[in-house]
Parts: sequence; C-alpha cells; structure tokens
Amino acid sequence: MTDLTDLSIAQARDLLAKGDLSSKELTQAQVTAMEGKRELKAFITETPEKALEMAAASDARRAKGEAGKLEGIPVAIKDLFCTKDVLTTAGSHILDGFRPFYESSVTTNMFREGAVMLGKTNLDEFAMGSGNLTSYYGGAINPWRAKGDNRNLVPGGSSGGSASAVAGRMALGATGTDTGGSIRQPAAFTGIVGLKPTYGRCSRWGIVAFASSLDQAGPMTRTVRDSAIMLGAMAGHDPKDSTSADIAVPDFEEGLDGGVKGLTIGIPREYRVDGMPDEIEALWQQGIKWLEEQGAKTVEISLPHTKYALPAYYIVAPAEASSNLARYDGVKFGLRVDSDDLTEMYEKTRAEGFGAEVKRRVLIGTYVLSAGYYDAYYLQAQKVRTRIADDFKQAWQQVDAILTPATPSAAFSADDPPSDPIAMYLNDVFTVPVNLAGLPGISVPAGLTSDGLPMGLQVIGKAFDEATVLRVGQSLEDAAGFDARPEGY
Amino acid sequence: MSLDKATVARISRLARIATTDEEQERLAGELGGILAWVEQLSEVDTDGVEPMTSVVEMLLKSREDVVSDGGVADDVVRNAPKSAHGFFVVPKVVE
Repeated sequence: MTDLTDLSIAQARDLLAKGDLSSKELTQAQVTAMEGKRELKAFITETPEKALEMAAASDARRAKGEAGKLEGIPVAIKDLFCTKDVLTTAGSHILDGFRPFYESSVTTNMFREGAVMLGKTNLDEFAMGSGNLTSYYGGAINPWRAKGDNRNLVPGGSSGGSASAVAGRMALGATGTDTGGSIRQPAAFTGIVGLKPTYGRCSRWGIVAFASSLDQAGPMTRTVRDSAIMLGAMAGHDPKDSTSADIAVPDFEEGLDGGVKGLTIGIPREYRVDGMPDEIEALWQQGIKWLEEQGAKTVEISLPHTKYALPAYYIVAPAEASSNLARYDGVKFGLRVDSDDLTEMYEKTRAEGFGAEVKRRVLIGTYVLSAGYYDAYYLQAQKVRTRIADDFKQAWQQVDAILTPATPSAAFSADDPPSDPIAMYLNDVFTVPVNLAGLPGISVPAGLTSDGLPMGLQVIGKAFDEATVLRVGQSLEDAAGFDARPEGY
Repeated sequence: MSLDKATVARISRLARIATTDEEQERLAGELGGILAWVEQLSEVDTDGVEPMTSVVEMLLKSREDVVSDGGVADDVVRNAPKSAHGFFVVPKVVE
C-alpha cells in the first residue's frame, strides 16, 4: 500500500469502506506525520488523543454498518472554529486559554459525518493577513521551497496552517475560512485545492467572527473531488445563523466528471493587472486553452469595477471587524490586564492582546464608522459593493463560470514580505471581488513557476452553483495533471 | 487624506485600545496611507445605487419568540478571567 498520508480523502474512503484500512491506522499515520513536522508550525494545538478516540469510535460505527460522508477521515481544523473544550485562539494573544463550551456548527456537521479531528491549525491573527505573519504563535511555514533557495516561504493566509498541513501530508483535508481570499490564496501558495462556497452555504455559527458579511467556511484538500466530499459534510442550513441559506445541499460529487463541453467561460479583461509576472499570465492562457480543448467556449468579459474591490473591502472588512472585535474586553474570556479603572482595563487589555495588523484594522474601522465619516466611507463602499455584484450579474447573462489567476504571484519569503500594508493587501486582488459579491470560488493548482513553486487558477461561479465551479475545477485538474509535491519536508 | 496624531488618539480612545505617543505617530502615517488609497472610491458613480445590505438574495427568517437555550450561567462565565457566583467581575464603577 502507498504511504497512508499520501491518500486522497476519496481513496481513503474507499479503502475504509472495503475494510482494507481502519480509521485508527489512518489517524495514527497522520498523528505521526503531524508530530514529525512541527517545524512547519502548521498546528497551534495538536489533539492526538482526541483524534485516536474519535477514530476508534468511527471504526466502531462502521462495524455497525453506519458511515457518514467523512467517516473515519482525519482532518485539521482552522483555529478560528470554536471546538468544545479544546483551546481556540484565533491566532491571538487576547484569547489566551479560551476553551469554548460549545462546538461550531460546521465542525458539528463534520463530526456527525464521521470526521476525526487532528488539531487546530495556525492562522493570521483573527484571520487578518495574507502571509501567516500576524499569528501570535509565529506563522506557519510553507512546505514548498524555491529551487536552490533555502529560505522559508509563507504558506499564505489567513488559513496558512491548514494549507501547510494539507500540502505537507499532515492531514487529508482541513477547514479554512475565507473573508477576502483566506482559503484560495494559501491553497494557491501551497499547491492544493481551496474552495470558498457561496455566502450562506456554510453556517458561520461558532466561527470567530472577522467581517460577518464576508466570512465563509470551506474545504482545503489535495484534490477537487475531496473538496466536493468535504463541502458536502460542512454545508447545510443552520437556524443559529440567520444568514445561512435554507436550500438543499446537493451531492457535489455527482456530475463532477461531467466536463466543460457546452459551458461558456468568461475571461475578465480587468484581471490583467500591472506588474503581474509573465508566468501567471502564461498559466492563465494555458488554463483558457485547457478548457477550450475540452469543449468549453471562452469569451472575454468585462467586470468594470474590479479595481475598486480592494479599497471597498478595506473599508467594509475593518468596519465590521471593529464591531465584532469589541467583545474582547478582558471581561468575558481570554486575556485581562488589570487596572482599577474599567475603561483603562479595556484599553490596556486590548493594547496588549491585539497585534499590530488587528489594531490597524480596528482603528480604520472605528474611523470610517465614526460620526461624520460614515456616509463618505462605509456607505459609499457598500454602494460600490453593489456595483461589483452587478458586474458579476451582468456577466452571468453571458457565461456559466469565470476563469482568473488565483493570486498575482507565487509564495513569498517569510523574511522578505511585501513592504507596506497596502502591498500586502494586493495579494488578494483576484479573490476579494468574489467575497464582496458573495459568490463561490475555487483555487486549483495548475502549474509551477521556473523556481518550482506552485501557482493556482481560480474559477468563480454563480451564487449556490458550487457544482459548476467544482466541475470546471475538475476539468482543470485533469488537464493540468499537477502531481508536483513539496520536497524536503 | 492625512490623519493627525490627535485624530489617532481620539479613535484609539473610541476603540478602547491604549496607544503610546510613539505609536500614534506611526499609526497616523499608516492609517493615513490606507485612507488615501481608499479615497479612490469617490470616483465611482453611485448615484441611485443602493448600498448592499444582503449579500445573497434571501429573506431573513423569523422564528417563534420563545426561549430556546439558556440556563448555562456556569458555562458562560467559565472562560472569564474573573467571575463570582455566576457573574463577571469588573473593577468598581460606582462609588
């Protein structure tokens, strides 16, 4: 048998179903891999005992003839999901020691479907970042390295620990969350698949909130099929999240191999940005060719407000964050810096508990929502957001899905990140518009740079049409035949 | 758009984040840079455009106004840095 840690979820599922493999064996192999690769800092908290207990329980269920969609599959959980009695940090000092007494709806769904939890993965503090550089615990490291270069690379962010765990064969799959690209960008940086579902497809209940009108949970896996399987176990209506969509969750695996024949794929001209490396442009052209060769029609389209997506995002997201993060006050959970004065206690606690990027965003959010500025900033940004969503609506008159690069570059060095906040924000130039419009998007690994680093293509679909997004993703995966893997770790 | 130190001091107070003199200096530059960059949104013609209030088209559900959860005060205060008798404890606020 091949190395157990190299199995896809689909392969493991079949071996488990045939009785050729137990969840205990599979989980033990992943626990060993997780413990052996600690230098990548993919996990903030490892839960090997819980994992082996869950695996034993899964094997017992299977013996009784019961098997859920992720029965016996060991996965990693981004440390933004509240997990009952297990430390939940959001990558922040301010949540020191926080052990929720409840389980997030998404993890509840996954565990009901038989998933086994290996641990909680590293992330940018409160999911604010594109390089895992803002984690209080020190950022996760990308298992990939550039050819002939020993420097550590970032795994992307914010779901960088999940990406590193999946790419580094420490977990078969992992949950991520995506507010502006936090699933798709790290997936592209680490050569794995990352799917951000439609806003409302997965419940946000029990996920530490960043920007509530943008946050969405999704799967990070090594194949498109695995993302389809995992999304099926994560999604579903939840009365505890008023924005969760009360519509049926289809079988995302069905129709996955349907191909792209007869589909029209839009190629947005505004995604050709200044300074984009030739290799990214070439990969995009290659992707267009692959889809055409498989029978899709491609047409150039225009999404005219694309350039305003990032600035709109950097008003809306910080505004919502400043409100959501008001709850960290040293009273209800986590860190407290004592003082005799209540206001001073709040101020000192938050000064010590939040890192620089979180403070920056909370302050920007506070400013744009403050008296006299609300209309000029927040209201205008929400109007621009309507414009961006309308651009996509126009496109859907003509096309079934949209193909773009996932990121404007490959992974960068942890020692030499983009110089200022805005340069860092530009990482998400292709992913942010999708969050603003609430649409589903997938990043699929499709090629390597001349330095040997992975690059991804993004497929964007209509609201609640993850099925088409996955089908186009599968066609790209088939054509790309991406089988490169990180060496050295 | 540039921000002065006094404005940074005011918003840090509103956000309940203590900032030192030196931090205010640095933040004035950083936040001013971000605000100058987002300024480009004013170029967009938004006459007659409704601000987005619902990300995907759906109606918010209503439910019966009944208690569906509760009675877990001990759990609620379990993570508090300081608690007593099922209450959160804060510094004295009344004389």
